Amino acid sequence: MKSVQTEVLVIGGGATGAGVAWDVATRGFDTVLVERKDLGEGTTGRFHGLLHSGGRYAVKDKLAAEECIHENLVLRRVAANTIENTGGYFVTTPWDDPAFGDRFMEGCRDCGIPVEEIAPPDAFRAEPRINRDISRVFTVPDAAIDAWKLVWDCAKSTKEHNGKILTYHRVLDILRTGDVVRGASVRNELSGEEFDVHADVTINATGAWAGKVADMAGCPGVQVLAGKGIMIAMNHRLVNVVVNRCTMPADGDILVPIRTVSVIGTTDIRIKDPDEPDVTQAEVEQMLDDGEKLVPGFRRARALRVWAGVRPLFKDVRAPETSDTRDVSRSHALLDHEARDGVTGFLTITGGKLTTFRMMAEETVDKMCEQLGTRRECRTSIDPLPASRTGKFYWLGERLSKREATMHEDQLICECELIQRRNLERVMKQRSSTILDDIRRAVRLGMGPCQGGFCMYRATGILHDVERIDSWTANRSLRDFLQERWKGVQPILYGDQLRQARLDDWIFHGVLDVEHLPTDRLEDRAEREHP
Amino acid sequence: MIEDLIRGSLDHCVKCTICETHCPVSRATPLFPGPKYVGPQAERFRSGDVSPDDSLDYCSGCGICTQVCPQGVKVAEINSRARRTLKESRGIPLRDKIISRPTLSARLATPVAPVANWSLRNKLIRAAVEKTIGVHRRAPMPKFAGRTFQSWARKHDAPRLDRSVVYFHGCSTNFFEPDLGAKTVAVLEHNGFNVIAPRGQGCCGLPLQSNGLFDDATGYVERLVAKLAPYAREGYDIVATSTSCGLMLKREAYEILGMESDDLRVVSERMYDICEFLLDLQERGELETDLSPVPMKVPYHVPCQQRGHEMGKPAVDLFRLIPELQVVDTQRACCGIAGTYGLKKEKYDIAMEVGRHLFEDVTRMEPEVSVCDSETCRWQIEHGTRIRSVHPIELLHRSYEL
Ligand SMILES: Cc1cc2nc3c(=O)[nH]c(=O)nc-3n(C[C@H](O)[C@H](O)[C@H](O)COP(=O)(O)OP(=O)(O)OC[C@H]3O[C@@H](n4cnc5c(N)ncnc54)[C@H](O)[C@@H]3O)c2cc1C
Repeated sequence: MKSVQTEVLVIGGGATGAGVAWDVATRGFDTVLVERKDLGEGTTGRFHGLLHSGGRYAVKDKLAAEECIHENLVLRRVAANTIENTGGYFVTTPWDDPAFGDRFMEGCRDCGIPVEEIAPPDAFRAEPRINRDISRVFTVPDAAIDAWKLVWDCAKSTKEHNGKILTYHRVLDILRTGDVVRGASVRNELSGEEFDVHADVTINATGAWAGKVADMAGCPGVQVLAGKGIMIAMNHRLVNVVVNRCTMPADGDILVPIRTVSVIGTTDIRIKDPDEPDVTQAEVEQMLDDGEKLVPGFRRARALRVWAGVRPLFKDVRAPETSDTRDVSRSHALLDHEARDGVTGFLTITGGKLTTFRMMAEETVDKMCEQLGTRRECRTSIDPLPASRTGKFYWLGERLSKREATMHEDQLICECELIQRRNLERVMKQRSSTILDDIRRAVRLGMGPCQGGFCMYRATGILHDVERIDSWTANRSLRDFLQERWKGVQPILYGDQLRQARLDDWIFHGVLDVEHLPTDRLEDRAEREHP
Repeated sequence: MIEDLIRGSLDHCVKCTICETHCPVSRATPLFPGPKYVGPQAERFRSGDVSPDDSLDYCSGCGICTQVCPQGVKVAEINSRARRTLKESRGIPLRDKIISRPTLSARLATPVAPVANWSLRNKLIRAAVEKTIGVHRRAPMPKFAGRTFQSWARKHDAPRLDRSVVYFHGCSTNFFEPDLGAKTVAVLEHNGFNVIAPRGQGCCGLPLQSNGLFDDATGYVERLVAKLAPYAREGYDIVATSTSCGLMLKREAYEILGMESDDLRVVSERMYDICEFLLDLQERGELETDLSPVPMKVPYHVPCQQRGHEMGKPAVDLFRLIPELQVVDTQRACCGIAGTYGLKKEKYDIAMEVGRHLFEDVTRMEPEVSVCDSETCRWQIEHGTRIRSVHPIELLHRSYEL
């Protein structure tokens, strides 16, 4: 059996895992990251899009607030390209206690978050859609952050430092000899091949799945509760700054403008299985009602899609004296399994926020170095990620202005998200994936108003050509993609999006009959039907 | 809220592409990426003060996209508003500032009309103007009449009639086509209306608006409606012979400039296109029908702006009342000029290409005149066909034998 040897094995390709791999690799360690699906397909790709200023936690959890503002400023430096500097408002709506604003101001000042109260009419001028009954407005340095760009850029830097990124590789078991963890056995989910990855240190960064992986290592009691939250993306920017309700953190109190959409969220419901977060009608209604409070007319605006993410909420059922007590109050948890379980070569990092992913990675790798008895300086707060070396923030008009420059030479494939043919082909070659959903995350293919209605049959043809796959594989990829999109649209089918869905339905069922496209070879089908 | 009325309408777009198939400009040039592209699509990439796509300026603003959209997207209005942002961020060229203020140049030129007209037809001067200012050397320019409609009206011996109507004549009638004004007055008087032509009617601001100068345009509208509003409040109807200027006061000042004023509201409620007004009379049985035969076959072009009035084709209905007059509706989308669009050096050829089919249709009929409600379209059609183009009022005037 083939096996792979490395110094550090990172399990999990969300922000945390990608951040750890980036940190490890840039400190000069040899590293391999394994992710059972595609990068950012877990909670990271299903989050709200907010780079917290810390304002949200300024009253409730000062430590979390301080971490957020610290990281907010660092990421603006090292990951500028993934960030849109929108700024944020905290607003007092008629449903909120105006006195909370004073505690909020004080909290922000204590935590070093730049905050300023502005006159509501000034806010209305800048954001004409927000509720005119808002009585107080505070500005903070909130921003929008693109998680997919972020994880892929961490991966890029990791690769530049000779690290390996293995997507579609699932950890089946942790390899342990006595009290020492020696890596993991993994399965290539696409080919079915199984092999071992041997490592000096194994870092478990599997978010809501961290308990399961810790169990595999024989470190029981790492309980990660799954807290589901839903978000609804609205068709366009109803606001251009992040709008938060000025209250104690609650449901449906943030509207984030990110790229071409604005996203309302979120809820928090304990669920059993992090792999199956469903969206209920009640949650959808609740989000729309909450949206209405921030932007009157919200229900009449077009909802594009809805999705759910799963927060990893850490609870250690082992005696707290074994872990650093400071960590208990923190929103993230770094578990030193040597101290906790007497198992060496194994660390778990879970919980936290996307905003603090880099800091979590730094702490984890510092701890790792301590255990290995070496000292190597962390580079991630100093050296920008590859795509952010220019230090320029992302801006909304970026694709439109790029398209303007090449309009006459290049075909437009996805009209809603302005994806041109050459770029799409390049990304397909880079990713060399036959899964259209992976391409979607890479370039936001099919994520606009028509939800793939007009671009997906084009993209499928291009994929067929670029990847030199057979037509059965191409058909399957298209069908899986449409199925995935349908899941996101189905719970919000009303108004404009319903009309769109009807048109898309005519295209894919009426004209192309996708339901009956052959998705495997004739021989294979015959074999299956008459074995 | 205007923001939702216009920008919010992009939510209705299902990408069906019907607007693109009707757009006369994107058919004529690859420089314009089409109404769906620059409208509901690109708008999602714009945030308030930035508009990164210069190609948007190739939209002529004819408004056909909005008219044909089956989902109710205000495509043209989205584009107009975005163009304003674009122009504000890039700076407005001197040329656009000049051609969007017809009253200003006309006031200067009228007393010296022969010289002005000679200059406008002098090839060398026009070449210099193209180079320095950017107005195309062959672009159609109306002739200054040398006297104004207002000066005619002041001397006009009006009969005493018991009904009155207010005439919003606009700049072009005043400076370029005072005859049209006189004929309009004659037709209205023949139908028993005393015509009030309030003095000092300035420009309606439309050319400023279509060149992205929204603040200046708003000022013009405010001053104009302040002149007209007192009449409207007294219950007088207002008629306009200029299709696009009438539309400006009826709708565009709200929908594109985002104005909200009481003067504007009363004026817009009373504003009628002249043919719409006369057809209403006819429907109430109040129109004089002593119409004598006009044995002609003429092509009629419906200006794009007239579609924005959403009133059908009242001129065509009126023509049916004229014995022996045969009118052929050309059914062509646009003549290309779109106000000041076709005057511009970089857009002249596009405008001519847009109008090409219309010009061919008209020329093939070899008519004595062609007919069109809007003045800039008439000048463009004359330019493209070398055949005189007249307002529908002219034919009525002829048929009434006034
Ligand atoms: C609704 C919601 C909204 C949020 N909004 C924000 C926000 O606006 N701002 C913010 O800062 N934070 C936000 N968060 C928090 C943030 O999204 C998470 O803290 C962060 O994404 C967690 O990243 P992660 O890498 O730890 O987990 P994940 O992204 O879930 O990554 C874990 C990865 O491990 C992989 N994995 C699991 N098991 C295995 C296995 N056996 N083998 C291989 N791989 C495995 C999974 O496939 C997954 O990709 C939000 C969270 C939720 C739920």
